[in-house]
Amino acid sequence: MAVETAPAPGGATEVYEPHPEGLLGGNHNINTLGDKIANVVIGVTPTPKAWWAFFLLGLTLLQAFVIGLAWLFYNGVGVWGLNQPVAWGLAIVNFVWWIGIGHAGTLISAILLLMHQKWRTSINRYAEAMTLFAVACAGTFPLIHMGRLWYAYWLYPFPNNMAVWPQFRSPLAWDVFAVSTYGTVSLVFWYVGLIPDLAALRDIARNRLQRIVYGMLSLGWRGSAIHWRRYEKLYLLLAGLGTPLVFSVHTIVSFDFAVSIVPLWHATIFPPFFVAGAIFSGFAMVVWLAVPLRHFYGMKDFITDKHLELCAKVMIATGLLVSYGYFLEVWMAWYSHSLYEWNSTMMRMWSGPYWWSYWCLILTNTIIPQLMWIKRVRCNETLLFLIAGSVHIGMWFERYVIVIALARDQVPGAWGRYAPTIWDYAVMFGSIGLFITLFCLFLKFLPMISITEMREFLPHKQGGRDGHACMENAK
Amino acid sequence: MSETTNATPAVYGVLAEFTNADALIDATRKARLEGYSRMDGYSPYPVGEVADELGFPRSEIGAIMFIGGLCGASFGFLMQTWVSVYDYPLNIGGKPFWSWPQFIPVTWALLVLTACLSGLFGLLALCGLPQPYHPLFNVPQFVRATRDRFFLCIEAIDPKFDLNQVKAFMATLQPESVEEVPE
Repeated sequence: MAVETAPAPGGATEVYEPHPEGLLGGNHNINTLGDKIANVVIGVTPTPKAWWAFFLLGLTLLQAFVIGLAWLFYNGVGVWGLNQPVAWGLAIVNFVWWIGIGHAGTLISAILLLMHQKWRTSINRYAEAMTLFAVACAGTFPLIHMGRLWYAYWLYPFPNNMAVWPQFRSPLAWDVFAVSTYGTVSLVFWYVGLIPDLAALRDIARNRLQRIVYGMLSLGWRGSAIHWRRYEKLYLLLAGLGTPLVFSVHTIVSFDFAVSIVPLWHATIFPPFFVAGAIFSGFAMVVWLAVPLRHFYGMKDFITDKHLELCAKVMIATGLLVSYGYFLEVWMAWYSHSLYEWNSTMMRMWSGPYWWSYWCLILTNTIIPQLMWIKRVRCNETLLFLIAGSVHIGMWFERYVIVIALARDQVPGAWGRYAPTIWDYAVMFGSIGLFITLFCLFLKFLPMISITEMREFLPHKQGGRDGHACMENAK
Repeated sequence: MSETTNATPAVYGVLAEFTNADALIDATRKARLEGYSRMDGYSPYPVGEVADELGFPRSEIGAIMFIGGLCGASFGFLMQTWVSVYDYPLNIGGKPFWSWPQFIPVTWALLVLTACLSGLFGLLALCGLPQPYHPLFNVPQFVRATRDRFFLCIEAIDPKFDLNQVKAFMATLQPESVEEVPE
């Protein structure tokens, strides 16, 4: 089962009009489009040198992760800088940071699908992969924070001869269900989306191994109209479930803080503010991944300048929501006339030992992203990349500022400092290595852009159906 | 199947190949009007109109996911009630044992989880997947069903099926090719 027509290197032989919305570059028909994406996976397109550089970087950092975890399990969480009063430290900062990054993947695949946004099509696959890997990184932190990883299954309710059960009124118990459900649903959504693409890879495989592996993974998919009907309905309903799920997951993550009665944590603004922040950081990561894909894999035809600009616009909107959250925290502290709220706010912003982290946050998350209002800036790939980097730092500091608030309680006797150790950082940067490694493997072995959906998205003349008909045909 | 030497191989159906989705929709409609009922269309991306023409206007997935979600949510809520009220009651900040609003997050998560999984397994069960072998894969052209070609297969189990008639009918649809599909 070999490919019958050799792919034209520069695109189709016929000449097509440019895409009216600027969402598709190059000159592609149904074949050249699929080949351009699939060739990366089946080995026609040589692996870019940069892939090896990133993969080795990822692997190196992953070693730090493994060593960090080994040392942690051998000694216990005492090797970290955790202590009273700051008992959560970087573990929870990194947990919330990663899970926030994951959320944009679901947002792109689910919410933008429900809203008929065609531009999701070329970025949803790798954004979903990003979600999956970010959730894997996120899920690690609460588990290893427990200290005794081998008791992790105690988090789940199961009949046991200790006759104890989880405490279902605790947000930490909700977290277990929220994050594991989120991970599972993201995986299912991603895999269901992959099935037709895996079948396409099976049918153009260049050797027996590829044909067997992709054949097994595609489950024998043959594109039957009856199967497609069920498939589309499932895909639409998964999007419909994924949308409220992504809001609920980050709401529950924010409940970890907001359900407590600690000043600055006990705030009703937390759920929406956390969700907006999650989408903000997730889109920053989408930009960070899009830029190398465009450069090293030449995917500019599919991930166009227009896509980057749209991501920038989402970042402006969610960035403003987040900044409104920062404003509202201070406003509520003042307006509530609560001495404790106000004192803690002053400690956070001004008189506490970590005042600088608050202003780092404001600078990187509120001030710098405003540059994206200028069209020249948001349409400049390098500047957009730098701004997205600033958002990554800012969103990390946001959670740091929240967690570190415990360093200054209302009684000076309860004051303390928090300094992460090298083992905190080993696991933190190591988790970035885990993410990079997984993402590199994904690029090498699975199509980074949905071939099927892109084909459907092509205009009629180019062999497609002009947009995703999923919404109309999912019955 | 048969031991006799002159037996022709059993036929799964007859497969016609088209170059675009509209031709497939058109062919399916004509086949339906001709009286064929056991057939299926194959395309590299979903073409909802084909399923409409095949007389499959609605899938069962919605109902399956609804029931699955309902079971998961009920189970989740009842489990938390039983644990927190009967089996292991704990006084948490003086809250009532049956503080049901606090059971909602876990109930919701289990609703989504079970709805999602029942949808996935429902799809696989209804479509008969995984199915690594299928007679259609015997037709060399069929590799392009996941690429750029659209196929209509009238199956041998159709009550009106007659190999030569079906082939003749298929030829009137102006396909790229017509092939017998060996079983």
